[in-house]
Amino acid sequence: MGRYNYLLAIGGAAAIFAAVGSYTHDVPVSLFDDHVIKRLIFGIIGVTALRQSGGPEVTGPQRWNIPFASFILAIELVTLAHAEGTRAWGFYAATLAFWLLAWRAVDVVLAEQAPRGRAKLLSDLAVPMIFGFTLIVLWEVLARGLQIPMVILPAPSAILGKLFTSLPILGADFLQTVQGILAGYVIGCGAGILVAILIDRVPFLQRGLLPLGNLVSALPIVGVAPIMVMWFGFDWQSKAAVVVIMTFFPQLVNTVAGLAASGAMERDLMKTYAASYGQTLFALRLPSALPFIFNGLKINSTLALIGAIVAEFFGTPIVGMGFRINTEVGRMNIDMVWATIVVAALCGSLFYGILAFIEKRITFWHVSYRQGA
Amino acid sequence: MLTSLWSGKTLPVIVVSTILVVFWYVGSIYLNGDMQRDAFANANKTDYTLSEFIKGTWTQERPKLPAPDQILSELYKTVIDTAPTSKRSLVFHGYVTLSATLFGFLIGSVLGMILAILVVHVKSLDKSLMPWVVASQTIPIIALAPMIIVIMNQFDITGLVPKSIIAAYLSFFPVTVGMVKGLRSPDPLQLDLMRSYWASRVQIFFKLRIPASVPFLFASLKVGVAASLVGTVVAELTKSEDGGFGARLLAGSYYGQTIQIWSALFAASACAWALVTLVGILDRLVTKAMGAR
Repeated sequence: MGRYNYLLAIGGAAAIFAAVGSYTHDVPVSLFDDHVIKRLIFGIIGVTALRQSGGPEVTGPQRWNIPFASFILAIELVTLAHAEGTRAWGFYAATLAFWLLAWRAVDVVLAEQAPRGRAKLLSDLAVPMIFGFTLIVLWEVLARGLQIPMVILPAPSAILGKLFTSLPILGADFLQTVQGILAGYVIGCGAGILVAILIDRVPFLQRGLLPLGNLVSALPIVGVAPIMVMWFGFDWQSKAAVVVIMTFFPQLVNTVAGLAASGAMERDLMKTYAASYGQTLFALRLPSALPFIFNGLKINSTLALIGAIVAEFFGTPIVGMGFRINTEVGRMNIDMVWATIVVAALCGSLFYGILAFIEKRITFWHVSYRQGA
Repeated sequence: MLTSLWSGKTLPVIVVSTILVVFWYVGSIYLNGDMQRDAFANANKTDYTLSEFIKGTWTQERPKLPAPDQILSELYKTVIDTAPTSKRSLVFHGYVTLSATLFGFLIGSVLGMILAILVVHVKSLDKSLMPWVVASQTIPIIALAPMIIVIMNQFDITGLVPKSIIAAYLSFFPVTVGMVKGLRSPDPLQLDLMRSYWASRVQIFFKLRIPASVPFLFASLKVGVAASLVGTVVAELTKSEDGGFGARLLAGSYYGQTIQIWSALFAASACAWALVTLVGILDRLVTKAMGAR
């Protein structure tokens, strides 16, 4: 693998430029200014990258040089971006160097791919983490460094700061919205599963409801939000109602599909046992429907969040994530909007994660989890 | 004849829909009953008959739940009777929403397909970016909509484009995920066969991966176009001055015009249905052109 590595070559060259360039327009270039240590670090990183760019693929502990270097670069860049002044080309060169070396770092970690087991999980997680970290560092550096106005794009550090200083508000918003989501989710999904079981013995109703369910899944149901707000008032009940309507049909369709999923052989076996309808349902068909039911539950976890947040755009008591987004957008507090979006994103992935965890514990026997065990 | 109707899909759907409509009418009586009693009480009318009462609940001006025929006549009035150029016409609002939706959907799905092609061929993108694309499906990214509108406004980007951007990113993610799945769907045997023909990567791509991805692509395009419409409608809640179904919903909720809300909702649903059906027809045409049975 003696291929010439352009990523490293350009990245290294950029780092060397960064070592000798000026970082702010106001200050004349001098190698022995306040940034002398920084310049030294950039220089070392540049030389290392250039040396690795030609010649054979680096092995042994030295292969971690570039990931480590890009991490150091990230720290140096962020401190540079936080300093006063207008940026000059040394700063841009350092940013370019960081981006390219981080890219190379992803390749290095990718080459480490463990074949299976816990190590594979770790390396599968590490790569997207490095990527996400790189994006956030670049966002931070560019937002701070180019002094992008707060109302257009606040830096991640500003968003995080806002998040921690307004925890009480965000917490209250979270509780308010989650109340509606959970109530609606439990009722909507529960009703979907129940109705699916009820119409299980009436194929006529199934054939009638399924096409309708599929149709409704494609419609912009969030539009019922203003109606629900009129019916159930501003508080969480109206949000729960929107969530019920949004989650019912996807859950129904998935559960009906799941109930049909058990094999003919297995059902025949139940018949030879003289099992009653109820016994077959609980011992065979519901368990084999579980993967489908969980699929519906997972789709609905996102839908429920969307429904509740959008419903809050139409009116709430002055609390709730959707309300917060809508009002703070109007007041140009974009950092607060981002903080709320972070909470909503965490809430969504946590919700999904919990469902995925429960699914794995309950349906461990299913084919999709057995392979490669 | 009767049995085939019974075991087909048409009759059950008609029966179930009829049951739903009947429930709807009963629901209107129930939900609008209180208001009707108040109306009679205000008019000092105590000797009203049951049929007068029921008729009253179905013909209120701002009912809690308008009867289906009220919604239909409002739809007729605003779609057919009103000139399409008028701001009261749903055709006008539908045009506003649909143009933003289609433009955004086009951008979003094309970008989604390009990214999917990159992901399938660049391993580092697959391992680093793809997990985030998948994770984005679990978070309510629609919450970004109001912010995007306001930020675009500061750059003096107004009109169709900000709404289309929201429609685009809502369709982008499902299309990417579906297309990646589709491009990966050829099994190892088929790939081995291509290799034994000494097919290049480009040839494998055009002769095997692309055809194999078509069913997946269209399935996710259907999801994407529906998501685009929802995105545009939500965007119109923030940016209501240009009109559109979202603006109609918002105005209706301000002034308590329930019939207007419902008719906007019905019209938006009809558009969503038409868009999904259109993608479905396209799907069938393409599959047929590819020679599938």
